[in-house]
Amino acid sequence: MSVISKDTTFLGYRRENGRVGVRNHVIILPLDDLSNAAAEAVAHNIKGCMAIPHPYGRLQFGADLDLHFRTLIGTGCNPNVAAVVVIGIEDGWTKKVVDGIAATGKPVTGFGIEGHGDHDTILRASKVAREYVQWASEKQREVCGISELWVSTKCGESDTTSGCGANPTVGNAFDKLHPLGNYLCFGETSEITGGESIVAARCKTPEVAEKFMFMFNRYQDMINRHKTTDLSESQPTKGNIAGGLTTIEEKALGNIQKIGKKCTVDGVIDKAEMPTHPGLWFMDSSSAAAEMVTLCAASGYVVHFFPTGQGNVIGNPILPVIKICANPRTVRLMSEHIDVDSSGLLQRDITLDQAGDKLLECMLRTANGRLTAAEALGHREFVLTRLFESA
Amino acid sequence: MIHFVLHDAKDTVAVCVVEGIKKGDSLKGWIMDEDRMIEVKAKADIPIGHKIALKDMAVGDTVWKYGIDMGKVVAPITAGEHAHVHNIKTKRW
Repeated sequence: MSVISKDTTFLGYRRENGRVGVRNHVIILPLDDLSNAAAEAVAHNIKGCMAIPHPYGRLQFGADLDLHFRTLIGTGCNPNVAAVVVIGIEDGWTKKVVDGIAATGKPVTGFGIEGHGDHDTILRASKVAREYVQWASEKQREVCGISELWVSTKCGESDTTSGCGANPTVGNAFDKLHPLGNYLCFGETSEITGGESIVAARCKTPEVAEKFMFMFNRYQDMINRHKTTDLSESQPTKGNIAGGLTTIEEKALGNIQKIGKKCTVDGVIDKAEMPTHPGLWFMDSSSAAAEMVTLCAASGYVVHFFPTGQGNVIGNPILPVIKICANPRTVRLMSEHIDVDSSGLLQRDITLDQAGDKLLECMLRTANGRLTAAEALGHREFVLTRLFESA
Repeated sequence: MIHFVLHDAKDTVAVCVVEGIKKGDSLKGWIMDEDRMIEVKAKADIPIGHKIALKDMAVGDTVWKYGIDMGKVVAPITAGEHAHVHNIKTKRW
């Protein structure tokens, strides 16, 4: 008997569009690099809101610009966000982000800096941020069904214990969530190399499998276009190799333990796209931790499972990142980063079912409001994926 | 005490899951899919998380883990040795 069933509930924030969040952030979202200073000044003035600075948003075009907008709008739309102040260098693109977020019905206001300067923009944006923070602080959590929790996963600084312990723990939890009708997500396209036929065979329909292989081959083509003699200690990473992982195939076979033994892959989305029905989704994405988790947040996921072997310390500004580790050395040396210790699996002290339940218990506590290790430590890595050079 | 684990009885390498494995140690391993134990003698010091070879392998042989192809042998390996980037390489990229 698992710790969860279809009757399991948690306390979440129901947003204007019906989606449920587990955090209640008011964010100050810069459109571009130039607006970071004003956004950070507003977040300094008004307590209880959070700036999300980033280095991009100028002279991007085509699919790369589309992805920029999709990621910023998706971040603002995420149900973990109560309200948004957008600041951009000019009004046009600022309005585009505001309009995208406004479709959810949540409060959002945009400010363009040109013609006003930083001082005036910071003053006006601070007044709105203050109203939003006080409004959001009166929002109450309410009882929500477990299937309303959107859960994503991505692993990082993996080692061989990831594939034996931490990743199968996530897979066991996914196997228990999938029948309840949860929205689930995995990705890391390059890191499936060597296990792509296994993922394709798990796809629910031939159409899904075809779309998955299209995304997989598109990423392989990109790697082959840009690689030199190898992937320059990036896949596997230096940390992976230090942890004992030898080849990309070995890393991939460990990686895909996260989709469990029973889940079907029910759909495929491009980066930062929103899934359209319950089930397990593959999202084409980088395997770099902060890029992938940022994309999961932009796709609407509200809780993240992050297994690590050597001890990746990543967090995200709006998505609580739950760390799972089965390497007893990492658990001992980096305990402040680990939310769920599943090292007992490797000594047969606990079963895989027990490890999965331990993670699901932690998921429910996190959904109810307990801060993750990454949140308590202030990890807010927000990293936008770029597809090519700016114009 | 479990010193190393492997997923599938077909695997030719296994993961060391305890710290401080020394050359000459007799090691106990757990085949997870079959819940069965095996034994191997370490021929090298092997760090936690790194792999021990379970069989003798020649250059060009496929290395099996999870019961699946994880790369090829590029330097001869004997059972009990440390199996890593010095004797195994990817077949991709």
